[in-house]
Amino acid sequence: MRSVRAIVRAGFDRAEASLGRAFPPAWNPLLNLGALGFFFYWIVVGSGIYVYSFFDTGITQAYASIEYMTHEQWYLAGVMRSFHRYASDALVIVAVLHLLREFGRDRYRGVRWFSWVTGMVVLVLVFVAGITGYWLVWDELAQYVAIVTTEWFDALGIFGEPVARNFLAPSTLDSRFFTLMVFIHIAVPLIALVLLWVHLQRVAKPRINPPRGLALGSFVALLVLSLAHPAASRGPANLATVPDEVGLDWFYLAAYPLLETLPAPFTWATALFLAALALAIPWLPPMRMARPARIDLANCNGCSRCFADCPYNAITMVPRSDGAPFAAEARVDPSLCVRCGICAGACPTAIPFRRAHALSPGIDLPDLSIGFLRERVEAEGARLAGRGRVMVFGCGEGVPLEGLASERIGVVRLACSGQLPPSFVDYVLARDLADGVLVTGCAENACHARFGVAWTEARFARSRDPHLRQRVPPERLRTLWAGRLGRGALEAELRAFARSLEALPPVAPPRRVPGPRAPAEVHRA
Amino acid sequence: MPSPAQWAGQVLFYAVAAGVTGLFASWPSWSRLPPGQAQITIAFAHGGARKEACRKLTPEEIASLPAHERRPSDCRRERVPLRFELVLDDRPLLARTLPPSGLSRDGPSQLYEKLAVPSGRHTVTVRLADSGRASGFDYESRFELELRPRQNLAIDFEPDRGGFFVR
Ligand code: SF4
Ligand code: SF4
Repeated sequence: MRSVRAIVRAGFDRAEASLGRAFPPAWNPLLNLGALGFFFYWIVVGSGIYVYSFFDTGITQAYASIEYMTHEQWYLAGVMRSFHRYASDALVIVAVLHLLREFGRDRYRGVRWFSWVTGMVVLVLVFVAGITGYWLVWDELAQYVAIVTTEWFDALGIFGEPVARNFLAPSTLDSRFFTLMVFIHIAVPLIALVLLWVHLQRVAKPRINPPRGLALGSFVALLVLSLAHPAASRGPANLATVPDEVGLDWFYLAAYPLLETLPAPFTWATALFLAALALAIPWLPPMRMARPARIDLANCNGCSRCFADCPYNAITMVPRSDGAPFAAEARVDPSLCVRCGICAGACPTAIPFRRAHALSPGIDLPDLSIGFLRERVEAEGARLAGRGRVMVFGCGEGVPLEGLASERIGVVRLACSGQLPPSFVDYVLARDLADGVLVTGCAENACHARFGVAWTEARFARSRDPHLRQRVPPERLRTLWAGRLGRGALEAELRAFARSLEALPPVAPPRRVPGPRAPAEVHRA
Repeated sequence: MPSPAQWAGQVLFYAVAAGVTGLFASWPSWSRLPPGQAQITIAFAHGGARKEACRKLTPEEIASLPAHERRPSDCRRERVPLRFELVLDDRPLLARTLPPSGLSRDGPSQLYEKLAVPSGRHTVTVRLADSGRASGFDYESRFELELRPRQNLAIDFEPDRGGFFVR
């Protein structure tokens, strides 16, 4: 399983980097798959409502009403019909890519099983809605879909009489069945929407709208496609003939030729096996996770910064339980915590300057604690020599850091770049542990723990608590968000950074900066 | 702000994405039935005879039953399987034994089968045994058919309509 994930991830890393050459990080389609899914969903719903207002739900009239839309009112209803079709195709594409990407990044196991399982159910519902949609046109394709679907269900042998008999001949056609399909086609997307809401329950501030540039581009692309290649029906359904070559929508109906040609016991067994596998995959094998974040109440002042920064809604603020003179205290729900450490990076008590024997902030990762990070920083700093020394902080999901350490480069690993309290930068420089600090991690807008990159930048820019101290010289701090393929960029950046540090005078002893705070200018590569 | 080359890259991406979406939304097309063929669909659901005839209960037996279960005869519900045969132009094409449905084997037997046949003139003979007899058939029909390419001809069965008929 690990090697499959690695292959999928490598493919996405490359594709994301390639698209990154044309798109700014915020607009990169592969970094907005979930939001694009929502975007296409709303286009499908909007165009569907319009199309439905012209649609005749009688089985014999349905075809004519759609033909009217496509040919008579092509400029509006026809375009809406094409929107309806192509946006649903796009929805399946981005949903499947989203699923694969999360799989490749191993973000479906452990506490993330919930999003995976609910997402799977939503995907099945999208397919049900799409397939019933093809049924409603009641053209030759609809006839094909109706017959193959009902034959497949008949193979279960649970119906007293084969449902496919409805489609035996024109005289056996039953309009009640058609009405049922209309109902399913409308009800299922609504159920999917409710489940999507459930799907997002475990993430804070979910991105459900793509950035405007990407939304506009996708909309225009759909519009051009709809005008250049409008969705059209095939000939009207006629049960007295076998549909000629049917042009399948392979995004929804790719399995149909298999359902039609392979023995039903085999296709049913395969389908059930795949469904069970898809649902069980978060536990195959179960993820061995480090211990979740832990509160040290004696050091928690209830400031709620960790609560504000946790990307996974794992922290709640509850009334104080220890009699300390604060209104609230933080509480971690271990079943939601992904062990990113962003909360520790936000905690005002995670300050390496503290003389406490064991540095214990209000919230911390027991297996990669702030105290341990301070030890690592000190050990690496003691090892560095010469001019242009750089302390690199990086996470395990971004630029690979193996073999990077040298006489002039210290490396300290974090769970996520957001785990780094900004005071550590100050600490490195004030204690002369290095001449400069470089923080690196996932590519921009692709943070494994969602907000690590954004919060780090905001803390350094002093627009989000905890602020980087004013006295940190901006020329001694750099960030590089380059992802897994960024090793070359990191090495180049380190060389340039070291050269510029060599040109600076030795690190000055710490001093207090009076006056108002100004936003820091961090050099961003 | 993206550079002109980046804008061009984005346009290219959207063009490819829209092209792929539009293309596979209806292509390649698929057909299971080879050209020039027609199809005979034979589909029906019919219950065979009861496996055992009803047995008259003796007065003693009736008296021994609880009051609300007293009945004049005892009938096992299980049905016999059907035997079905389809012969096309004197060539046996399909022969099936159709078990009754249901857990207690008391439901109707079902058949749903699609047969690809060359278009043109054919004689189709269909036979069904529903009485449990070991040889011979209870129903037999012979149809002279002229099948067009891609025609779907449905053969149904209803005892009330005299057995097999073409839909
Ligand atoms: S480690 Fe990450 S997920 Fe867990 S509580 Fe802290 S910020 Fe939230
Ligand atoms: S950030 Fe630290 S001090 Fe503030 S509420 Fe969270 S644990 Fe407590």
